Amino acid sequence: MRAGEIHALLGENGAGKSTLVKQVYGVLQPDAGSIFWEGREVTIRDPHAARRLGIGMVFQHFSLFEAMTVAENIALGLEERPDRRRLAERIRGVSRDYGLALEPDRTVDDLSVGERQRIEIVRCLLQSPRLLIMDEPTSVLTPQETSRLFDTLRTLADQGCSILYISHKLEEIRTLCERATILRGGRVVASCDPRRESARGLAEAMIGTKLRDVTRPGAGQRAAARPRLQVERLSLAAEEPHGTPLREVSFEAREGEILGIAGVAGNGQGELLAALAGERPADSADSIRIDGRAVGRLSPDRRRRLGLCTLPEERNGEAAVGEMTLWENAILTAYHRRSLVGRGLLRRGAAETFAAQVIERFDVRTAGPGAAAGSLSGGNLQKFVVGREILQRPEVLVIAQPTWGIDAAAAKLIQQALVDLAAQGSAVVVISQDLDELLELSDRLAVMNVGRLSPARPTRDYSQEAIGLLMGGIHGDPAAASPTVA
Amino acid sequence: MSVRIERRPAPSRLLMAVTPLLAVALTVVTGFLLFLLLGFDAGRALWEFFVVPVSTLYDLAELGVKAAPLIIIATGLALGFRANVWNIGAEGQLTVGALCAGGLALAFWQQEGVWILPVMVVAGVAGGLAWAAIPAFLKTRFGVNEILVSLMLTYVALLLLSTLVYGPLKDPEGFNFPQSRLFSGSAQLPILLEGTRLHLGVPVALAVALTGWVLLARGFIGFQLRVLGLAPAAARYAGFSRGRLTWFCLLASGGLAGLAGAFEVAGPIGQLVPELTPGYGFTAIIVAFLGRLHPLGIIPAGLLVALSYIGGDNAQISVGLPQAVTGVFQGLLLFFLLASDFLFRYRLRLTAGREARA
Repeated sequence: MRAGEIHALLGENGAGKSTLVKQVYGVLQPDAGSIFWEGREVTIRDPHAARRLGIGMVFQHFSLFEAMTVAENIALGLEERPDRRRLAERIRGVSRDYGLALEPDRTVDDLSVGERQRIEIVRCLLQSPRLLIMDEPTSVLTPQETSRLFDTLRTLADQGCSILYISHKLEEIRTLCERATILRGGRVVASCDPRRESARGLAEAMIGTKLRDVTRPGAGQRAAARPRLQVERLSLAAEEPHGTPLREVSFEAREGEILGIAGVAGNGQGELLAALAGERPADSADSIRIDGRAVGRLSPDRRRRLGLCTLPEERNGEAAVGEMTLWENAILTAYHRRSLVGRGLLRRGAAETFAAQVIERFDVRTAGPGAAAGSLSGGNLQKFVVGREILQRPEVLVIAQPTWGIDAAAAKLIQQALVDLAAQGSAVVVISQDLDELLELSDRLAVMNVGRLSPARPTRDYSQEAIGLLMGGIHGDPAAASPTVA
Repeated sequence: MSVRIERRPAPSRLLMAVTPLLAVALTVVTGFLLFLLLGFDAGRALWEFFVVPVSTLYDLAELGVKAAPLIIIATGLALGFRANVWNIGAEGQLTVGALCAGGLALAFWQQEGVWILPVMVVAGVAGGLAWAAIPAFLKTRFGVNEILVSLMLTYVALLLLSTLVYGPLKDPEGFNFPQSRLFSGSAQLPILLEGTRLHLGVPVALAVALTGWVLLARGFIGFQLRVLGLAPAAARYAGFSRGRLTWFCLLASGGLAGLAGAFEVAGPIGQLVPELTPGYGFTAIIVAFLGRLHPLGIIPAGLLVALSYIGGDNAQISVGLPQAVTGVFQGLLLFFLLASDFLFRYRLRLTAGREARA
């Protein structure tokens, strides 16, 4: 890497990107080979050493203490021990300069995924690094925030800081990066200028085969289709002090359609999913209806019986229990719809068969239904839990971040499965921060901002920019919010 | 140099299974050294402690009699511990159960009838349930810590027992000793083996453990408890009601403790006395963990701890060891179990300089 270069590191999940950068950042030690830093061969023993050399890294998985404040967390990652008050000022300064809104005194506990990532970015920027490694930094930002971050990165690069950028968003890489190194199976397979390649070409170089398209039979032709999920003026107080309350959310998802819900993390999407799932009952039964039946006061399992399946963003520990086997995890939500429990006892054989179906149909790489869920990689576990919900053939499926952090081939598989489910007459609601995905998948799109949901409109009526403005909360100005024909 | 604790990537299942055996071995070795240091004949003490209690049929039956309440209570506790519901007050629930069963026996004193014993058992279970319902209600309704409430209620129960045994339930012909009348025949558990004290409670304890095992390993309720314990957010997402499961855990463990209490008074004791047990309700916590919160592990664990009670008594009489030795042995056992458990899950590594953050 040259000084001041923005360099992309590309590859599927498991291609070795993280292993490589962890060695550069001193988390792992290489078995063989050398690392040269500014012309000298170096041994980077640990992240302290890396930071002293001027190497900073923003991880995909955050290393934050939930019970501590933003400022305390940042202080922990700094090499010198900073003065508390001055640190808070510096944090405010950096977050202002780089457009990364962050309040130093908030407890991490209460922050959304997006806000947590901002802490990591700010923590690195405070150290004025000469090499900044970024692992999927934009997955939780709005397009406007992303472009602001890109401006920041370009400014940093102009100042001579090199940036090693890992992302699955190929369009981003094409706008931002000057060079790309592509890894597959732990080897460098190609090196190119991403600005001269198509996103498709990059993706195919990553997976080493042709990419399959998501095919949509007769999409968007069902304006008169009957609504399967109706949500009317759903309000829900925030559960935690800094949570987002839902404010009169109304929408409907119709037979055969995919409704996308966009929005920056922490704008009430988690609360919406919990309310729809039944984890927290609504104030009035009428505010949520499945096929016309009022279910707002029913428990999650009663709602599942009536056809509403949900999948939260957090895979391990919420959508799945890491310590349990895959067949036990299959029982977790499918016990009624797939009859995996009878006379108060688990039907192990049936559960194993069902888990095996999910594994086969969704190409889950695992030893079998008896493997512990925690032994699967993130992408494979995601395929398993998505498969578990889809194979229950729900009448309504509400799914959060279906493809967050997984590689292109697996993402296509999941997206195709969602499209197929809708084609069979189910209503699918996709809550995501990945706009490209929503634009590709959804028939109609609504945007969440501070607990409110904009009216859903056909996706083709939106431009990226209009969605971005809605995500930023510009509802009032009709000129800005009204859909522009793209 | 600093010591660093890190999780082993894949703790061996075999190692995890032999931990209890290793803990027992270490306890024996430490005990041996301890006896030597105290100036006793260590070999003989260990013989009295570990071998004599299993040498005759009568002794084996005694082992069963002591293990039965431990197994019954520990099975109930293990259900809750799996779900992170911490009932520490089994001793109190046992006491109230014993009081209810014993009260009934005294109320029908000198009456005959096969119905008396079953009614006593039902009353014992009901007493344990009722006592455990208090922490369950406070926990689910007001979020009060069940550990504190159940523990404190133990002392209330013990005082209640004393009040009654020193007062209204005292044997009128008992020369003012603080104990009730001896129960009549219909209120006593049948002896299963002539010449021993082996009563009906012993096979019932095995049945309870087996039922607990089926419930945990194959039952839907056991599945829900395990999910709640391992991943509360997943339980919530799946729709398993935390309140309902908390009630279940406390009622099940309380009811079983009450059952054990009824068996104690209707079995080996045969009357109400101020000190019903040598702390079975608390010792059962050790038994539950020693058995790895697994009902099939709880059976040998219960027998082992029962052995420490009997062996302690033996060694006290024949070698003159102090009574505290029983407690020391139980403590050592738990200590070694937890320590070897920890060392199998984690490893200590000496590192030079400062720790790295990942």
